[in-house]
Amino acid sequence: MSHLLEVKNLVTRFYTEDGIVHAVNGISYTLDEGESMAIVGESGSGKSVSVLSVMGLIPSPPGKVEAGEVILNGRDLLKLSPEEMRHIRGKEIAMVFQDPMTSLNPVLTIGRQMTEGIELHLGLSKEEASQRAAEMLSLVGIPNAEDRLNDYPHQFSGGQRQRIGIAMALSCNPTILIADEPTTALDVTIQAQIIDLVKKLKEQLGMAIIWITHDLGVVAGLVEKVAVMYAGFIVEMGSVHDVYKDTSHPYTLGLLESIPKIDSKEKRRLIPIPGLPPDLLKEPTQCPFAPRCRYAIDKCWEENPPLVAIAPNHTAACWRAEEIHEGLRIDLPAGEPA
Amino acid sequence: MTSSAETTTPKRPVALGEEFYLREQSRLEQMLGPEWYRLLKGVVTNPLSVAGLIIILGFIFMAAFAPVLAPPPTPNWKTTLIPRDGFKPEPQPPGTEWKRNAPETIPFWYKTLTGRDEWVHLLGTTSGQYDIFYGIVWGSRTALLIGGLVVTTSALIGIVIGSIAGFYGGWVDEVLMRIVEVFIAFPFLVAALILSSILVPIFGRSIWPSSIALVVFGWTGYARLLRGDILATKERDYVLAARASGAKDLHLILRHILPNAIFPTLVVLSLDMGAIVLSFAALSFLGIGVQEGYADWGQIVSFARAWILTLDKHWYIIVYPGLALLFYGLGWNLVGDALRDILDPRLRGSRS
Repeated sequence: MSHLLEVKNLVTRFYTEDGIVHAVNGISYTLDEGESMAIVGESGSGKSVSVLSVMGLIPSPPGKVEAGEVILNGRDLLKLSPEEMRHIRGKEIAMVFQDPMTSLNPVLTIGRQMTEGIELHLGLSKEEASQRAAEMLSLVGIPNAEDRLNDYPHQFSGGQRQRIGIAMALSCNPTILIADEPTTALDVTIQAQIIDLVKKLKEQLGMAIIWITHDLGVVAGLVEKVAVMYAGFIVEMGSVHDVYKDTSHPYTLGLLESIPKIDSKEKRRLIPIPGLPPDLLKEPTQCPFAPRCRYAIDKCWEENPPLVAIAPNHTAACWRAEEIHEGLRIDLPAGEPA
Repeated sequence: MTSSAETTTPKRPVALGEEFYLREQSRLEQMLGPEWYRLLKGVVTNPLSVAGLIIILGFIFMAAFAPVLAPPPTPNWKTTLIPRDGFKPEPQPPGTEWKRNAPETIPFWYKTLTGRDEWVHLLGTTSGQYDIFYGIVWGSRTALLIGGLVVTTSALIGIVIGSIAGFYGGWVDEVLMRIVEVFIAFPFLVAALILSSILVPIFGRSIWPSSIALVVFGWTGYARLLRGDILATKERDYVLAARASGAKDLHLILRHILPNAIFPTLVVLSLDMGAIVLSFAALSFLGIGVQEGYADWGQIVSFARAWILTLDKHWYIIVYPGLALLFYGLGWNLVGDALRDILDPRLRGSRS
């Protein structure tokens, strides 16, 4: 069975003055039509770079997609010419960005920004494109959509701007919507609204979604599949249920332990993950998470574990994945500040 | 569903004013967009820039009504040439009777203002009996023409080169900026002087040798400045967003990057409108460029060269053309300064 999007062994590096940054180190995943997945990880884990590589938007130089395949409907996007790729971006794969305050051009009206993509990809006339833009705006819940096409970004609130960003991304009926931390810059109440909106739109329009976030809690109710990234590797991937309930990687455990739970009965301190993300300038030879890992054994320092299946459709990259999957938990050593 | 704060929208578009109340937007603001509107509003409300604008408008008025202010001696007179009243070397003071090549008509304002029926040299004559008044009035046309021509051309070249260098970066940027540095390595006026004197035998004595020389050595400033602003602007999220929706490079530059990066260049552009005319006058003063008798302020000043020792007696040969240059430069400087203040983010919000 063929997938809508198949990313195989994607490697992206940045050649900087300080050395080679190993941003994405051979990740693979698939996305089916109408499926939604989340890529979760902390800052610098390579989650944004991995989707920008898929979009062909890695700034080059210094960045370079060095290896891998990105197959969309049977075509390898990495082999397309820039001109062909231009017609994929926005039409097949569209993107919503993190900060709605900076991702809209301040000197252009919303209407002009929205219609330029519609005119390009759908080949509509100016009037038809404006009409389409207005429809999209009302779809995402902007009142008086037709009038507001002539307004500038500063005349909208943050939440409204993110709605506009979503409307813009969806205006050409993309098959895949990539959302790069679209709720991070928003208030919590607005976050919930935006997530509800995307859920509703997904039901209506049926596009597949890749949702990038550092917050495991945000995506639990939104996606079917989760890929956890660390230091440019996917360290655990599976259905939301598998990853949350049958967690098999210490890093995922760490992420889950650091989320506050309002509904938990016992009082529990949040457990942060100690240490800092690894230096991506070094070629990874050991498990990149080992220095921060309570479960680390000698082997972790010698060899980087591959991503292997531990259950159907559930993979993890850890030498002790089986044990952790079976329920092994190591608590923080007593007396250590949490 | 959505919160009430987001669903209640006033009928007319509103913007957050400086005092954080919702104010209605004028149609002009809606049309120009926030940045251009702020620029326009700033220029017409700042007293200094208003003074500058009035001065510039005065010169435009002078240039437009030159045939009424200083009518040429004959109907088919080449208006760019200053009529001369004889060939005597000694300058004549203001009020001297105009014997030869006097304007053929006496305009309505002349009699009311001076109470005379005949033309006199209102501001005196230079050495060689060129009429200073005629030279200043018609010289304003030269000044505006040179300023506009040289600044537009060099800004256009600079914008194109700077945009390409800044947007594409890498070796393109490297090559273009090294070329720019070659031009910047020469002192501006000296380089322009040498180039224009080389160009004089090719183009003859006209406005072209100096203008071309000023463009050749003048575009680099715009290119460097704009490149820097493009480098900063192209990293903005909205540029990435536009790219992610499939926009072409040219479209990205023209629609998304330039309109956000052009403002510092506009400041330099308006300051240069004055400065270039001064440079042109300097070249004229040194005798390079326009032919003798061409209505150009620098040229009139240059006629004073041999009479520097007796300036106490012949002050008018340097004061009047000098004042024209001074005010012209001042006008553009005031506007340019105001633009810089309006666009300086550190000063934003400090004036109401």
